[in-house]
Amino acid sequence: MSDRAPSPDRARLEVHGISKRFDATLALSDVSLDVRAGEIHALVGENGAGKSTLVKILAGVHVPDAGRILLDGREVHVPDPIAARALGIAVVHQEPRLFPDLSVAENVFLADPPRGRYGAISWREMRREADALFEQLDVRLDAGAAVRGLSMADQQLIEIAKALSVDARVLILDEPTASLSAHEVERLFTIVRRTRDRGVAVLFVSHRLDEVFALCDRATVFRDGKHVVTAPIADLTTADLVRFMVGRAVTLFPKAEAAIGEALLEVRDLSRTGAFRDVSFAVHAGEILGLAGLVGAGRTEIARVLFGIDAPSAGEIRLGGRPVHLGSPSAALRAGIAYVPEDRHRDGLVVDFSIADNITLPILPRLFPRLLVHRSAERTLARGYAERLRVRTTGVEQLVQALSGGNQQKVVIAKWLATNPRVLILDEPTRGIDIGAKVEVHRIVSDLAASGLGIIFISSDLPEVLAMSDRILVLHEGRIAAEVPRSEATEERVMFAATGQVAATLPVSAPATRTGAGGGDA
Amino acid sequence: MSEERAAVAAEQPAVPSALARRRAPLAALARWELLLLLIIVILTWAGTQISKYFLTGANFANLTSAVMEVAIMALPSTLIIIAAEIDLSVESMLGLSSAVLGFLWAAGVPLQLDIGIVLVVGALGGLLNGLLVARAGLPSLVVTLGTLALFRGLAQVILGTNAISSFPAWFTTFGFDSIPGTPVPWTLVVFAVLAAAFWYVTHATWVGRQIFAVGKNKDAARYSGVDVATLKTALFVVSGIIAALAGVILTARFSSARADNGTGLTLTVVTIVLLGGVDINGGKGTIPGVILAVFTIAALQNAMRLAGVSSEYQAVAIGLLLIVSVTAPYFARQARLVSDRVRGGRHPPATAVDPGEVIP
Amino acid sequence: MTATRARPGGGSRPAALLGALARSRELTLVAVMLVLSAFVTLRAPNFLAPDNLDQVTTLAAIFAIAAVGEALVVLTRNVDLSVESTMGLIAFIVGDVLRQQHLPVAEVWLLGLALALVLGMANGAIITLFKVPSIVVTLGTLSIYRGIVFVVANGSQVSLSDLPAGYSNPATETLAGIPYFVIVAAVIVTVFALALRYTHFGRQLYAVGSDPEAASIIGVRNGWVVFAAFSLCGLLAGVAGILWGIEFGTIYATSASGVVLQIVAAVVVGGVAIAGGSGTVVGAAIGALFLGLINNALLLLLLPQELLQAIYGAVILLAVSTDAVVRLRNRRVAQAAAR
Repeated sequence: MSDRAPSPDRARLEVHGISKRFDATLALSDVSLDVRAGEIHALVGENGAGKSTLVKILAGVHVPDAGRILLDGREVHVPDPIAARALGIAVVHQEPRLFPDLSVAENVFLADPPRGRYGAISWREMRREADALFEQLDVRLDAGAAVRGLSMADQQLIEIAKALSVDARVLILDEPTASLSAHEVERLFTIVRRTRDRGVAVLFVSHRLDEVFALCDRATVFRDGKHVVTAPIADLTTADLVRFMVGRAVTLFPKAEAAIGEALLEVRDLSRTGAFRDVSFAVHAGEILGLAGLVGAGRTEIARVLFGIDAPSAGEIRLGGRPVHLGSPSAALRAGIAYVPEDRHRDGLVVDFSIADNITLPILPRLFPRLLVHRSAERTLARGYAERLRVRTTGVEQLVQALSGGNQQKVVIAKWLATNPRVLILDEPTRGIDIGAKVEVHRIVSDLAASGLGIIFISSDLPEVLAMSDRILVLHEGRIAAEVPRSEATEERVMFAATGQVAATLPVSAPATRTGAGGGDA
Repeated sequence: MSEERAAVAAEQPAVPSALARRRAPLAALARWELLLLLIIVILTWAGTQISKYFLTGANFANLTSAVMEVAIMALPSTLIIIAAEIDLSVESMLGLSSAVLGFLWAAGVPLQLDIGIVLVVGALGGLLNGLLVARAGLPSLVVTLGTLALFRGLAQVILGTNAISSFPAWFTTFGFDSIPGTPVPWTLVVFAVLAAAFWYVTHATWVGRQIFAVGKNKDAARYSGVDVATLKTALFVVSGIIAALAGVILTARFSSARADNGTGLTLTVVTIVLLGGVDINGGKGTIPGVILAVFTIAALQNAMRLAGVSSEYQAVAIGLLLIVSVTAPYFARQARLVSDRVRGGRHPPATAVDPGEVIP
Repeated sequence: MTATRARPGGGSRPAALLGALARSRELTLVAVMLVLSAFVTLRAPNFLAPDNLDQVTTLAAIFAIAAVGEALVVLTRNVDLSVESTMGLIAFIVGDVLRQQHLPVAEVWLLGLALALVLGMANGAIITLFKVPSIVVTLGTLSIYRGIVFVVANGSQVSLSDLPAGYSNPATETLAGIPYFVIVAAVIVTVFALALRYTHFGRQLYAVGSDPEAASIIGVRNGWVVFAAFSLCGLLAGVAGILWGIEFGTIYATSASGVVLQIVAAVVVGGVAIAGGSGTVVGAAIGALFLGLINNALLLLLLPQELLQAIYGAVILLAVSTDAVVRLRNRRVAQAAAR
């Protein structure tokens, strides 16, 4: 490993023609990228652009379907995370993955702890090295403390220390600043720059454009799993990057005009500690309210509170003008709220239940008050919804597992329609489904709004949010950063707000206090 | 439920291979039940070879009444395991019930009232399990291991090493006599009624549907408005009541109330449930399968007893059976993989279990 | 052994306080034992008689050794219910061989230990190869291993008179006033405490129990670690079984029946989290001593022995509930600290 002299012109890490498919989704399509020794290279793109997939391939978590990876010009294979570490590829993942029961120092060094006499683990050495790392990071962390109970920010810093503890040739940071404060971010940048100056190739994955400009030397933009552009940061403006990230032909199903009625669901100063704060809005009959923002901005967390899964720490929820307490999903269901969850496999469906069983699961007690399930009545009802939503199936007795992603999503929506809700919350309803099914989902949602439902539409897919929503709330770090009416909504505008740049760049119609708060964080 | 699905599968032969594979577990379940039937037939044949008494009515009464306590306890245990939990405390609740029954009877309380009180005790014990598991979120394995000791200990505190007998005739008659003129023990009637009720609830009502949903995917069930905690608590309460009832039956059958009644029966209960084709990881299983497993165990124990095998060896056989039933799905999976490969089908989806899943 | 637990200064004040509480599970137990001892001594002064103390600690030493093995398994998020059968089997077979063959005692002991290791490996192999829950597998082997004792015993029992002269003496002998068994247990506890602390394998045991998925990401072979834990648990159950035979002299096919509850209780009370990844073998050993003390106290205070089992059950429930409460609080504190 001693032949690691920095050679700025030479590509340390090269990626050629990488493709990766997950079931129906092509996550990466023939992407190429190179990171030089001694540079910080930004990888940017919207959610779902394929950034994380590439990181996971380089980390040995996924194996690519096609393409080559070269380190210092030599082709390498990264079949597993151990191989990645052996090659000198250090990765800081988005979510910290630490051992809660073990100490901070041990988490840093567990893969290869320092040894003392007789090959015994030297705790003193481990503490010393950990302390040295933290000092270098300018972090005040007790290396002897247990990880359980530490904040996400502290855990993220431990992950970074872990990556730096290995003498890395390539350092990959996958949105490492998501849970850090401004001060911590600045400290991290100092470290990353220092690491770069030691000749390490750094790949920095981020949504936050201000960070990209502050830190990086070159930038690569991915969009829909494809490489769009690679250019020196000096040649780019924020506006350029946003355009590269979102710029695509919009061929989506716009929402049909519908009469907007009275407020169905009102939320006042709703907060949940650690997730979102002081959120207020209303959803009206016939209206689609878009919730935009980056991953972790608090969109799903709001939905979970509205569906009774998590309890709010403050604030009020009103349904039809009356305050309600939503203590559980069944309470939310009774109140007329339905939720199509983000992760349909984990939360949305019992995949080895039939279509009919899934559709009727929430309404069984209502449907059969005398306990006995009438299969024919159940099937008839399920068939009605399946046909209405055009679920392609051999019959409602087919197992959900055997359906395509789009058809599974239609089953989830059918399930909630069967509960006859007044407010429907959709969380990333078109993620991972093909374009045809996507358009169909849009048509269904539009029809539902026209029939008088109030709809909250959460999506990371900007053109989709723009096409579907009557109004868009943009969240940034747990607060509403902007409220954009349909007539004023553009991708750039939403993206700027979502990245926390509202106050600095564009005037908005959102209340001044919230804008100030959003801008102050950046 | 599975029968209906199997019928649907038969109507649509031209399904893609992926779909066929999804149905395989259901088909396997039906095969499993057939296998149990076959084993019962073989055991019956073996029994007749061992003793000419095997097929007599008297022996049938013997054979069945000997397992009725574990048989009725296996019913709620089936639902608990389908819901991906476990109740190890049933044998001790049986003992506690027996001890309380004996204590109250010896204290002069009318037996009918005793039985009522004992069932309430069972419900409270089950409620303790249920609250600790479903509300406090503690692992059912440790909670019921704790109550396994606790309930047995309470039984010993109440009755010490005493044995209470001298129960009224109607009670002991119920315990070991048959319906006059038939080889059907009264206790078998109790099991039949309970089995029918559990069959109905599990496979015909939405409560059963919710239990399967909880076992297959707890989160999706919760997101679908299923009150997971209440459902699980209720299952443990029912399990406690039935275990207490089993204590009453055992006391009647032995006409003796002792604190150590039923020691070691949890092993048999869990074995019956798993032998009946219920998946230890939850979400799969049928009541008919468990009923067949009851008779398989009954025939096995009886044949062994007639062959002069002591009860200690019978416990070994049951232990072996338990290990065979939990490892059988693994071998079935391997066989399916091999046959898939032979057929040249696609590689199956990533069924390979994470190393992490070694841990229960 | 406490450096892996939370230290003051690592988080906010309540977290530090709770961390200190959790860290001192061993100390808490020692304190409770001292209070209990004082109380018992007041009521029954013969508690402090050397004979009584020797007897309590000798018996507790046997349980402590078995509890160390169980702790290794529990640290990996598993449980071994078959330890009591392994103990009984080894106790009986060692006695049986000694009465039938004129072999050196040490050789027979080694044979017993080898057999115990095999029994533990069988558990580990079934659990890791077939990926079935340890609770079910060891519930099965609990009865299978016990069945083997019955086969071997075939209705007989081993009496002290069948064994070499003076075979049971070590149970009552002391070295510098310390019972032999206590010295054996102390050596074993020390060896395993050091191994868990200072070897890579020891730390991997914690890693697997703490987060199996994260462990495999950093290259830990979870299956092997679990297999090794069960093998060692079997081996230590063998040691405990041999000591059991020496202690009681008379060995039945049913010897050591039912003691698994006491062993699991010792582990849980000693602060080893049933969810894995946290706790020490020292804690488990102290837990065993604690339960032995309760047993002795009941005896000396002329309380009904029948209470014992109920107390063990209550103690298990209390210990897991406390763990859960501490965890919940910690999570709340962490969430509050996140913003």
